[in-house]
Amino acid sequence: MNRYLSIAILCLSFVLAIPAQAETAANNYRTYCMQCHGLKGNGMGLNIRDMSVQPRDHTDAKSMGGRSDAELFKVIKEGGLAINKSALMPPWGDVFSDAEIQDLVKYLRKLCQCSHEG
Amino acid sequence: MQAGFRTGVMVLMVASLLWGASISWAGDRGMQLLQQQCVSCHNLAGPAPATLSELWQRKGPDLFYAGNKYRQAWLESWLQQPKRIRPAGMFYIDHIKPGTKRDVIDPSTLSGHVKLKADDAKAVAAALVQLKGNTKLIKAETHRADISPGPLGEMMFDKIYGCMACHEIEPGYGGLSGPELYTAGKRLQPEFMLSYIRSPQAWDPKIWMPNKHVPDDNMQKLVNYIIALSEENFDE
Repeated sequence: MNRYLSIAILCLSFVLAIPAQAETAANNYRTYCMQCHGLKGNGMGLNIRDMSVQPRDHTDAKSMGGRSDAELFKVIKEGGLAINKSALMPPWGDVFSDAEIQDLVKYLRKLCQCSHEG
Repeated sequence: MQAGFRTGVMVLMVASLLWGASISWAGDRGMQLLQQQCVSCHNLAGPAPATLSELWQRKGPDLFYAGNKYRQAWLESWLQQPKRIRPAGMFYIDHIKPGTKRDVIDPSTLSGHVKLKADDAKAVAAALVQLKGNTKLIKAETHRADISPGPLGEMMFDKIYGCMACHEIEPGYGGLSGPELYTAGKRLQPEFMLSYIRSPQAWDPKIWMPNKHVPDDNMQKLVNYIIALSEENFDE
């Protein structure tokens, strides 16, 4: 009886532990970021025409090098206001897991071919 | 006198039966049309896409909660004269290309929506409002038409919450990756707007609209601002 109970608990724990499927950083960037940061990641996205503050050029090594990985993580998760920047950069914490945001930070470093210069 | 009264009651009963039957007939016929003509582009049964690859394949808006989303009168009218609501199509990436100042829409990749005759549009609209997915989410909302947005409405939309980044509030002003909002007040039920702003991911887990965590009072103001916008009839 105990054996059956253990098996049942084990099965249940697998079912409950299934997380939402993690997406690749490239796919997340394509779906969520390109609308403003552009197909090329250069800040020239579809939506920028009437924006009072232009989106960051992710290929600009100089400006991206001025941000630490922790700041990039924070701005993706909590939005522009969290680092005293524009509210036009929204918080994506309800869309991405922390692991996906960490992958996105790495992806941004590839786009700018830069690291934090701090 | 009594006989006249009885006849009147009989006429009324027959009329109401016929009216009821015509509604049900319209709904049944509409459901047939939906199954024959709409199901290849629209999800009528749910659930919403759970992965990005499913999201990218979606050809038209999910309709399994159409009865909790759209206003029936708008559906009936729009189906006869369909006009693009999402300037860059269903998934914007498939319909844009790099331009000189910014990425631009590539109109050659966009196609129109099928146009229905008046009686078909009526039947389909009647069937669509019977699709009631996510009713629990709708029941959690109460629209307060008395909370006026005042002059803050546009400021909230543009600056505080940045909705204009992705949505147009008048033709030619705002972002293009989301649906136009200057017609949303005519198109959508207020409770749907409240619920969707509260949590876009509760309706559509992978959608590229973020949750801005708008407080309740401001959500009412945003929705009432959107309703007021639609009364300006920018689309006519």
